[in-house]
Amino acid sequence: MTSAVPPRGVQVDDPKILVFSTQNISDPGIDLAGSAHMPYSTAVNVISLPCSSGIHPRWIVRAIKAGFDGVFIAADGSDCAFLADCTDKTASLVKDAQGMLKESGEDPRRIRMGAICSVCAEPFVNNLKQFGDLLKQL
Amino acid sequence: MTEKRRLGAFICHCGGNISDFVDVAAVRDAAGREDDVVVARDFMFACSDGAQAEMSELIRSEKLDGIIVASCSPKLHLNTFRGMSGRAGLNPYTYNQVNIREQCSWVHRHDTPAATAKATRLVRGGLARSRFSRPLTDLRVETVPAVLVIGAGVAGIRAALALADMGIAVYVVEREATVGGNVATWGKLFPHDRPGSEIVATLLDDLNKHPNISLFTNAELTAKSGSVGNFTVQVQLRSETISLHVGAIIVATGLEPYTPRPGEYGYGTPGVITLHEYKQLVDEATGPLTYQGKRVKTVAYIYCVGSRQGSDPDLEEPNLFCSRYCCSAACHSASLASTADPDLDQIHLYRDMRTYGRHEVLFEEAGRKGSVFMKFAGENPPTVESSDDQLTVKLRDDLAGGEQAEIPADLVVLVAGMVPRERAKLQEILRLPLSKGGFFNEIHVKLRPVETVVDGVFIAGASQGPKTVAEAVASALAAVSKSAALLLKGYIDLPPLVAKVDASKCTLCDNCFGACPYEGAITRQEVDGRQVAAISPNICKGCGGCVPVCPNEAIGVDGVTGTQVTAAIDAMMKDRVHA
Repeated sequence: MTSAVPPRGVQVDDPKILVFSTQNISDPGIDLAGSAHMPYSTAVNVISLPCSSGIHPRWIVRAIKAGFDGVFIAADGSDCAFLADCTDKTASLVKDAQGMLKESGEDPRRIRMGAICSVCAEPFVNNLKQFGDLLKQL
Repeated sequence: MTEKRRLGAFICHCGGNISDFVDVAAVRDAAGREDDVVVARDFMFACSDGAQAEMSELIRSEKLDGIIVASCSPKLHLNTFRGMSGRAGLNPYTYNQVNIREQCSWVHRHDTPAATAKATRLVRGGLARSRFSRPLTDLRVETVPAVLVIGAGVAGIRAALALADMGIAVYVVEREATVGGNVATWGKLFPHDRPGSEIVATLLDDLNKHPNISLFTNAELTAKSGSVGNFTVQVQLRSETISLHVGAIIVATGLEPYTPRPGEYGYGTPGVITLHEYKQLVDEATGPLTYQGKRVKTVAYIYCVGSRQGSDPDLEEPNLFCSRYCCSAACHSASLASTADPDLDQIHLYRDMRTYGRHEVLFEEAGRKGSVFMKFAGENPPTVESSDDQLTVKLRDDLAGGEQAEIPADLVVLVAGMVPRERAKLQEILRLPLSKGGFFNEIHVKLRPVETVVDGVFIAGASQGPKTVAEAVASALAAVSKSAALLLKGYIDLPPLVAKVDASKCTLCDNCFGACPYEGAITRQEVDGRQVAAISPNICKGCGGCVPVCPNEAIGVDGVTGTQVTAAIDAMMKDRVHA
């Protein structure tokens, strides 16, 4: 076992973030962050789906209600192998989820979307760092 | 109330890749306490034959109806464990892989308690998905018996010939006007001293004669669509763009010789040349070497130029890799030069001599023919100075106790390595990840060495990293075997993870029709006297785009249904344990 010294930027009170990733596009990017040993918060957890346009807004809201501080949609963006308008569709469902969250009295900024490609290890880590910083302020 | 399940949870140490940073026993014990889990075990290597046999036995003896393996990325072993499940009599789609390596232990290497808590959460999520899994049957789709080979170097041509010999149609697309890549420009090659140009000419002759191969030069891939077994690619030729249908793609785009920076070891000074340039000089020599009209009496070789640059603090993106072929090529050139001029003095300034395997004879032969070898350390590289038409190489000779040596030379040969070819456009089209060295990256260097994260797209030759000609051809043939295995059956069985409609909830609002990009995937059918939406599993691609538009949550994609996703969310937050 190694000594339990948190790397710089990873704090034990980091906000709990659920990431919805996609099996063919953002998952490889997130895996690449692992292969490159690029640290991010241990409070980041990933659920993988085929395509970001298939995420139901109710699942996002459910995650917040269940105890996650924020939900990050690691969207396929223009790389999506399924849908040419994946970005628009994902953005639309994120907007719906934000509306639902707002109606329930929560801050819609707890939901964020970013395009994470299959080689986007660094953008993923940076996005999660920025999102975590925002969530700490809410 | 959900039905009672019999689940198994298997946690992998991955040697120490996981267990050095995650308390695997604690994760195993936590998994064992989850609802419906009847057996929880940990394995040093879950993918090993022994572990798979043990898991299979547990599946049978414990009558398991769902399992998870918490290990590496599903990209690596999803099919391994689905196969194992199937062989043990368990439906493969009741298996879930939980990634606690790339997405846990490898990124949380400094906080074992938090990494262990996260791994436990991920395992709980996986078990929740397995709890709501159901048996499914593969979907069979026809494949196109054709392969696109990108790059007509030795690896690409050899791959094309092997595929064509198996009856597969091959389209070879080469960006340059000529074929053969770098090998075509090289002279005598080890071990038979046959010129590279001659080898390429033979391969090209075979290629031109083969009825199953179409070669396009001055051609570039501009677009790719479709999926494994059935891709459509656009290829830009000189005056037109053509569309091709292929079942698989092999990327064999090769390498570029490293070009030293101006001034790097004196590069740019007359008499300082690369190994690539020197080989041409040697190949053309019929007697003593001459350079710019003068006889060459002394040659100094400087090794590892452009490779293993980690000790150079001035470089922003150093090439950290060894280029593998250069030590052998330099020793081979030295032997050939000695044959041309036995009186030639040759001094090799090297860091480590990596004439591995059968190439060792090249090192021995060069020594026998009079080459002198002097070792330097990476942090004390030689310097090259020029004065009055005379080159002098200075170095700290490690084998002589660090003595300073000055070597006058007529020619300084920079033994330069390999770098990736320009590949930004191709990478954008194919979406292939790159290694740290900038070469195309395989899924796993040992276990899946020519497969990429894009199903049906394979990499071969030096597009993947520095390789000798023999190694490039070996990897090309590995890519051939993977492609052929995929296509020769005429079909592939794809995971049946497609959308399904719960007819009892559907009110035929038509929203899903508008959300689906695949014509004919959603139709109407009558169920219990009502018109409802129905999904054709052979057309549906399982994207789930129809899922969020359904107001009644009547649609779900198998493997990631709403029930499974929300159960996973709840399970992850079960204890509200904060990392």
